[in-house]
Amino acid sequence: MISIPKQSSPPQALAKPRPVFSVRDLLNEASAALTARPARTLLTALGTVLGVAALVATLGLAKTAGGQIVGRFNELEATRVEVKLDDGGFFGQQESRPNPLPFDAGDRLSYLNGVKVAGTKTPLELDGALARSVPVVDPLGQTEFQIPMVSASPGLFDAVRGSLETGRWFDDGHNERSDAVAVLGPAAAARLNINRVDAQPAIFVGEHTLAVVGILREVEREPDLLSAIIVPDGWARANLQLAAPAEVHIDVDVGAAQLIGSQAALALAPNSPELLRVAVPLSAGSVRRSVETDVNALFLVLGGISLLVGAIGIANVTLVSVLERTGEIGLRRALGATRRHIATQFMFESAVLGALAGLIGASLGVLVIVGVSANRQWTPILDEWIPLAAPFAGAIVGLIAGLYPALKAASIEPIAALRS
Amino acid sequence: MSVVVRLDRVERTFPGTPPVQALKESNLTIDENDYVAIVGASGSGKSTLLHLLGLLDRPTGGTYWLDGVDTATLDDNGRAGMRAERIGFVFQAFHLLGHRTAVENVMLAEIHRRGGSVDRRKRAEAALTRVGLGHRLNAYPTTLSGGERQRVAVARSLIGEPSLLLADEPTGNLDSKTSESILELFDSLHNSGLTLAVITHDDDVSERAQRRVRIHDGMLTPLGEGVVR
Repeated sequence: MISIPKQSSPPQALAKPRPVFSVRDLLNEASAALTARPARTLLTALGTVLGVAALVATLGLAKTAGGQIVGRFNELEATRVEVKLDDGGFFGQQESRPNPLPFDAGDRLSYLNGVKVAGTKTPLELDGALARSVPVVDPLGQTEFQIPMVSASPGLFDAVRGSLETGRWFDDGHNERSDAVAVLGPAAAARLNINRVDAQPAIFVGEHTLAVVGILREVEREPDLLSAIIVPDGWARANLQLAAPAEVHIDVDVGAAQLIGSQAALALAPNSPELLRVAVPLSAGSVRRSVETDVNALFLVLGGISLLVGAIGIANVTLVSVLERTGEIGLRRALGATRRHIATQFMFESAVLGALAGLIGASLGVLVIVGVSANRQWTPILDEWIPLAAPFAGAIVGLIAGLYPALKAASIEPIAALRS
Repeated sequence: MSVVVRLDRVERTFPGTPPVQALKESNLTIDENDYVAIVGASGSGKSTLLHLLGLLDRPTGGTYWLDGVDTATLDDNGRAGMRAERIGFVFQAFHLLGHRTAVENVMLAEIHRRGGSVDRRKRAEAALTRVGLGHRLNAYPTTLSGGERQRVAVARSLIGEPSLLLADEPTGNLDSKTSESILELFDSLHNSGLTLAVITHDDDVSERAQRRVRIHDGMLTPLGEGVVR
């Protein structure tokens, strides 16, 4: 009634047949096995899903928070560059080093693109000289004070973003003429009982007499100026034999700090820039990196642990399902599957499961990042390779987790499996 | 007429204390288009014989030629290949995958076979039609009756066009009426040229065969008009 086509290939061609298992079949088998019990599949993958989600969310949130911190990064700090003599660290030969800083630092730096203004600042050695406002001996109260004295270039006022309570800051003329003028910080003015400068009251520092031309109200940088007597560099050179300024303070344009930082030493001391140490604000990149490192370290460990737990979960359930599917394994062996086929099949199944878990986990992680960012009104930032790599990471987790169950499955003898 | 199966003094002894000789030195020849029933009570060694014939086990002595190939020369993969290419199994417990449709269960036999991907679905449907299940191609085993399930299993064994169909108690889980229909299917397959070896304890089943071989205490003896060489 029904005709059976006979085998056409000769027996010798099949003396050593090598069974094959195509990738397409492998995929079909894996998807069939995984969709046979969807609830179990999802639960099995849950650990890996959470692990990958934690990792992706961690990396993304760290990046997002880092970006956020940089966004709020203090504009004041970011535009500040400071140049000092390099003291060579703890064991440096501070005494023997020449100081190459020039008094005209402000002029030299003003040629650099990105410098707004620059000024020098030098604490002066007074050898214990006291300051007083009037040459009167008052037996009832203290009239002489030890007040720090600082010499500055005219540009320093703008470089530290100072504002005046009254009077004026000294100018280039005062500086060049070595005029005996002083600007008082508000604390120094209060101690010396000076609150008006329209009459240019005199103060006495040791043997020197200075005319007060102004009183500071506030400085945004270098707050020690607020309690100091500030004199022009020129006066300090003429009267205190000041050889070189100690510090140069530069106010730069936003974003120019790194550039100026790299140029300032050379501009100030072309012959020996290595003697100078330039302090620039942390770059946006380095701030972001340090934040990422802090946040990442802890959560990456947590993510790694949950990934490990996920892998153990996959291994566990796959092992159980190998035992459950003993009959199927025996049948496949009877139908011509080699041990390698069986092992490949189970490895592939758990790898696909891991990849799916990675995919879902990456999606959840991205959702978390977006959710947190929306809540905090941040800009979500995520390296694009992270969600792309997540399924591969999941697949690798699945492969590793599936290794032992797959070997177990391959070792099942078809006779034993078919006995049931 | 070519010889499909030739057992030459094949024996199988299981190690242990004492060792169990499940199959004593036996000779058996199955020609093309033979329909042989191997009859025996449980514990007689018929399962051992089935496993040897189906290349699921190796004899401890003697030589087994399948389709002219000395199976002792085959390694594990070679034996798997022979199972895929040359042998169709029908089990008492059907061994269908519950989450696959009838046609998918039949296609399963072709996954591990060289060239098995060519027209696979079409051939699976043809095989199911051949066993009388053309109308239930996409049914799941749980919705099929016992007889229908066994027909799916038979279709699965047929799709690879095997040289030998090995049936192990094919009606063991079926009632007598369904058994009869499966046996009729075997008759028609035999009539169309297939070589069958049916292992059973049931006389009703063995009587349908061309010749019968009794196995008792690991010894093969011919019964009826059949000749054991």
